[in-house]
Amino acid sequence: MKNPIKVLSALAATASLAFGMTACGGSSQATNSDTITYWASNQGNSLEDTAAKLKPSLDRFTEKTGVKVKLEVIGWSDLYNRILTAVTSGDGPDVLNIGNTWAVTLQETGAFEPVEGALLEAVGGKDRFLQTSWSTGGADGKAPTSVPLYGLAYNMYYNPKMFKEAGIEAPPVTWDEFVADAKKLTKDTNGDGKPDQWGFTAAGASVSANSHQAFVRGLQNGGALFDKDGKPTFDSAAQVEGVKQWVDLMATDKVMSPSDAEISDGSQKVDNLINGKAAMVFDQSPVKNFEARGFTDWAVAPIPMMKAGASGPEGTQSHVAGINLSVFKNSKNKENAIKLAGWLTSDAEQVALNKAYRSLPVVSSVSSDAAFQTDEVKLKNDALANHALPMPLIPKEGQMETLTGTAIKNLFAKAATGTVTEADVQSALKDANNQMVAAQ
Amino acid sequence: MTHSALDRGDPAPGGGDAPQPGLASGPVPDPPAARTALPVRKKKKSFLPYGLVLPAALLELLIHIGPMLLGVWIAFISLTQLNLTNWLNAPFVGLQNFVNGLNPESTIGQAFFSTVGRTLLYTVTVVGFSWVLGMAGAVFLSSNFKGRAILRTFFLVPYALPAYVGTIAWAFMFNQRDGAVNQILVDTLHLFGDERPFWLLGQNSFGAMIVVNVWQLWPFAFLMLMAALQTVPADVYEAASIDGASLWQQFRSITLPMVRPANGVLLLVMSLWTFNQFNIPFVLFGAASPKEATLVSPLIYQNSFGSWNFGLGGAMSVLLLIALFIASFFYIRMVLPKGADND
Repeated sequence: MKNPIKVLSALAATASLAFGMTACGGSSQATNSDTITYWASNQGNSLEDTAAKLKPSLDRFTEKTGVKVKLEVIGWSDLYNRILTAVTSGDGPDVLNIGNTWAVTLQETGAFEPVEGALLEAVGGKDRFLQTSWSTGGADGKAPTSVPLYGLAYNMYYNPKMFKEAGIEAPPVTWDEFVADAKKLTKDTNGDGKPDQWGFTAAGASVSANSHQAFVRGLQNGGALFDKDGKPTFDSAAQVEGVKQWVDLMATDKVMSPSDAEISDGSQKVDNLINGKAAMVFDQSPVKNFEARGFTDWAVAPIPMMKAGASGPEGTQSHVAGINLSVFKNSKNKENAIKLAGWLTSDAEQVALNKAYRSLPVVSSVSSDAAFQTDEVKLKNDALANHALPMPLIPKEGQMETLTGTAIKNLFAKAATGTVTEADVQSALKDANNQMVAAQ
Repeated sequence: MTHSALDRGDPAPGGGDAPQPGLASGPVPDPPAARTALPVRKKKKSFLPYGLVLPAALLELLIHIGPMLLGVWIAFISLTQLNLTNWLNAPFVGLQNFVNGLNPESTIGQAFFSTVGRTLLYTVTVVGFSWVLGMAGAVFLSSNFKGRAILRTFFLVPYALPAYVGTIAWAFMFNQRDGAVNQILVDTLHLFGDERPFWLLGQNSFGAMIVVNVWQLWPFAFLMLMAALQTVPADVYEAASIDGASLWQQFRSITLPMVRPANGVLLLVMSLWTFNQFNIPFVLFGAASPKEATLVSPLIYQNSFGSWNFGLGGAMSVLLLIALFIASFFYIRMVLPKGADND
């Protein structure tokens, strides 16, 4: 630093860096009390579609309250990571959507505003909401940190035309019937010796969708992901059996295209049904995609069970699915954030939004609205009310989803490129279980 | 120029005085004016450099050293989502995170060791290919020919492209059903029989990741080596070719030794980058890499953000930091030229 020119330039660089940082800090600190940020999950058939369907509701909100909403729609594959980053850094939006299965995990971070006091009042109290949906808001015995926004449940969507061509009269009720029908529907239609129409399609690389199936298939087989003491039992015989049934659709039954192992985004599996590449899919709300693409050859049925007419845990067809809404504790605009939570869960907006997204309203007062009287919605309602259990309401739910979902994702990858034995399933779930124990 | 001449103690014009005790450069004559002014300057100088460095040092502390120390601290506490927002009160667990990460009996330890081994193999392969390609490109473009400028620009495209954009384009190309790679290899060239291989699943995913990384890294090697080659005087080659040295002999005996210092730095930097590679697997495979292609950084990410075990993630980071530090230290001592004149 003997050369004054060097000294001066270093000083200038330091000063400009310091100034730049202060300037950055300043701008991120600046808050405009009339504007709040909202992260919405992708409920439409694309991010743009979700935003377009949400915009009228947000415009009405701005008109009524004078509060502007800066909206960002986030795809499902990014949402969990984005929330984690926001929670870790403490720098997030004012209001955000979360998958309701993550509610307890995220509650434990303390990053979200408890639903009590002004927030509880703004959403009109807990009695307005469906009991099952409200129960997903947080752990038992604590004030929840999220309120239900959209209700969802898994159904089976299928192509009745393909069913007819394959000589199938009615949708399958039991798992065995489902596999048998799927085999009939798996065909080589262009004569090249390889199937190009598959009986079933799923997002084999979707961590969360796979974990839902680990949950449902485990329960149907008499197992559970956790025992009574809260210890993970991912590798119990019944769980292994359930997960094996799921992976076998590709590995042994060969009713699922190996290329499904690369699908991580749920809308791609719905595409397979629309494009005629597959005859059946399990999904929570594909109808908006069907409508957007002008696809009419679809029908809906409950998810098959191990035994027809099963009830209790063995009659589980879906987890209590849905989207919840949380207010970020670090919000500098809490008052307006709470107003938005109240607005989006109000009767009128519940009808408008759930109608647009083809999801279920979470407030009982509007479920009788004409918009929710279709067969599809009624079936979904029945699944949610009578055949759904919430994913384990434990603080480590997020880890459980990651570990079981990733294990199944790897098993599908193995099925696509080779074979999967029962020992493979057992060992993958054992690894996940060990990691869950270590994480607890 | 006057200042620097004074600073270096260069002889001032018309001098002939006794050596100045404040300057260490021997018998240097100084003009009388400088002699009286020097003690004052010296006093100022002793404070000035520190004063000037202070803002930068503070920022360095804030931006680099602070978070690094925080990372080390996290390795010694049990940091989960339960105490994330109140991390100062997270329980201190001593070496427990290190024990968990290093226990070869446990799933976590096994995953850690196999991942480190895989990452080493990955680093050697990627850096090796990138260096060979970069060197070949640099030698090729060091001779004058028409279209050299266009080729040079063309070679730098992968480096100029945002990493995310390049990687996501590769992810599409590697897609088994609709990707360009299978269309070319299977449909056009009829390799691999009828079966379309999966490039992003199973064993192949490791190779796919190498291809993408080499594609992104080699232009950097090319750029550095080309700059280094510019410093080799052309007449050395002329003399060698007059003496009858073959092109290979010229490369081995002139090019390689002349670019040795640049190579030393280049290989170190490329190895560190590749060993810590995160972006490419994250964009290619999502948050969870296939088992066969999990590298160390994504593993740390999975432990930290997938399992919310930040303590374990921190411990693994610290272990790697130490390992890389030791490796770099010996590498620098052994490979890089010694002496301060290598400015």
